[in-house]
Amino acid sequence: MAVYKRTYVGYEGALTPSWSRFLVLPRYSYARLAQSRIVTTFRNVALIYPLALIVFVYLCNNLSVLTDLGIPAGQFLKVDSSTFLYYCWIQGGFAYILTAFVGPSLVSPDLVNNALPLYLCRPFSRAEYVLGKMSVLIGLLSAITWIPGLIVFAVQASLAGWDWTMSNWWIAGALFVGLMIWVIVLSLIALAISAWVKWKIAAGALLLGIFIAGAGFGTAINQIVRTDYGTLINLPSVMYTIWSHLFGQIPDNGISVEAAWGCIFVVSAACLWLLTRKVRAFEVVK
Amino acid sequence: MGEGLDETAVIQLDGLTVKLGKREILHDLRGTLRGRTIGLLGPNGAGKSTMIQTLLGFCPPSAGTATIFGHDIRKQARELRSMVGYMPENDAFIADMTAVGFVRLMGELSGLPPGAALERAHEVLFYVGLGEARYRTLGTYSLGMKQLAKLAQAMVHGPRLVILDEPTNGLDPPARQRMIRLIREMRDTGKVNLVVCSHLLRDVEETCEEVLILKAGRIVHYSNLEEERKANKRFVELETVGDDTGFAEALTNKGCECVRAGAGRLKMVVPLEFEMREIYVLAAERDLQLRRLNYRRDTLEDIFLKAMEQPQAAGAK
Repeated sequence: MAVYKRTYVGYEGALTPSWSRFLVLPRYSYARLAQSRIVTTFRNVALIYPLALIVFVYLCNNLSVLTDLGIPAGQFLKVDSSTFLYYCWIQGGFAYILTAFVGPSLVSPDLVNNALPLYLCRPFSRAEYVLGKMSVLIGLLSAITWIPGLIVFAVQASLAGWDWTMSNWWIAGALFVGLMIWVIVLSLIALAISAWVKWKIAAGALLLGIFIAGAGFGTAINQIVRTDYGTLINLPSVMYTIWSHLFGQIPDNGISVEAAWGCIFVVSAACLWLLTRKVRAFEVVK
Repeated sequence: MGEGLDETAVIQLDGLTVKLGKREILHDLRGTLRGRTIGLLGPNGAGKSTMIQTLLGFCPPSAGTATIFGHDIRKQARELRSMVGYMPENDAFIADMTAVGFVRLMGELSGLPPGAALERAHEVLFYVGLGEARYRTLGTYSLGMKQLAKLAQAMVHGPRLVILDEPTNGLDPPARQRMIRLIREMRDTGKVNLVVCSHLLRDVEETCEEVLILKAGRIVHYSNLEEERKANKRFVELETVGDDTGFAEALTNKGCECVRAGAGRLKMVVPLEFEMREIYVLAAERDLQLRRLNYRRDTLEDIFLKAMEQPQAAGAK
């Protein structure tokens, strides 16, 4: 069909299902992110540890290889829930840094350029907008957290056999649930900061600062008030408590699992509230 | 209004009242608008933008409602938005996107499949005159180009109604002319209705068939400009040079009502069936020079100024 049409024509063709429209936003965002060398490089670096873990899993299940190579294989070489807890800790850290790179550029450009009325004057709601923007981070972070984690688990299951898989299948569930919660919390915090701090560099710095300052203040509160509840403002530590619980380990940071879940819920609710305050088609100036 | 759903109405206001915070911005707006292009006029703070935002579902009405093509803005906001294109007043774009990418994204969000959205993005960008610049990022566009890009995104999904909020804001005269020409072209296709919200009377006068004038959140005047233009053609002012004896009588015999307004000057009301050619024939018969022939023109400015003096609300029918 000719491109050059100098007349107004209506559209009478097929439409996409309305439930799928939020997926348009991540598709465009991924196309933009793929052009960023920093993001691409970091995403690849974040996959080194899962690859190394696959090698480790292979060696653990093939001790004869080490013996043939003349390397003594001790009892420390085993794959269990603590291996995957450590995996969560490492990959959760990578996810956090990747969020600081990507998150600030998600909502703030739309607010700076007043683009929200253009999104919301279409059959596209505020909830779909937030969901679409969240999906960018959820997809990106999932690719370096629970997806490679489940691949590692699958490799271990295939090498260790049916008995190991049947007695440890819950590890896969814990891996998925634990990392997915972390991914969602990170996405919500990043979006809320991106909505309120319009300067991208400042938003990225704030995202990093929240976690670093949170850890610092948490420790200070614990020292001064002689309590463990200061840890509740240290989100990585809170998440570690939840991961430990999910992997059947006992956390050593002094806060209860219930308090940790409550903290995550409050942080998520606060981020959603901040988003609803900013993601609007217009601002009422009082 | 309040007499039920009007099938032919583009916009029907049924006691529409909007509060922002504790302040009532729109007060009990009632009226039916059917024009191909509807002008929304009013001084700053009259509630024009709030009315548009309410029609788009951005501000919930505190009382009453409105319909667009019979779709209630309260109950059918999603269906309604798929039929409407909106060009906001302020700068609204995504700076690091190319125009074609931006318009395509907006098309896809309106429900167009990716291929169709891309095709239509190219088409509308050519249509608005940005064809050669469509691969440039929007951040590098001039103000006039950004306005055109906003127009392109408003029509990419082929809406039935396009709402233009101050479309000529900040444009230089050539760019303004281009925008006015585009609005007229769209109107003349007969495939789309337009709402033009502007404080520039000339823009509205040049493009609109119907005008709704708001003042302090109330409708103070409704005018069908097409009807007024037709009616104004019946009022003629003549200036002649020469002996005009019997000229006024001859015109009266043809059914015109004439009044002398000084030497060689006539004001007359011509009947509907009167051919203007007759004036020239009668003048030629008397060897009379016609120096001036004017239709009386009640400009939109006159209408607007009169409306601003009115304290009472007037509904559009």
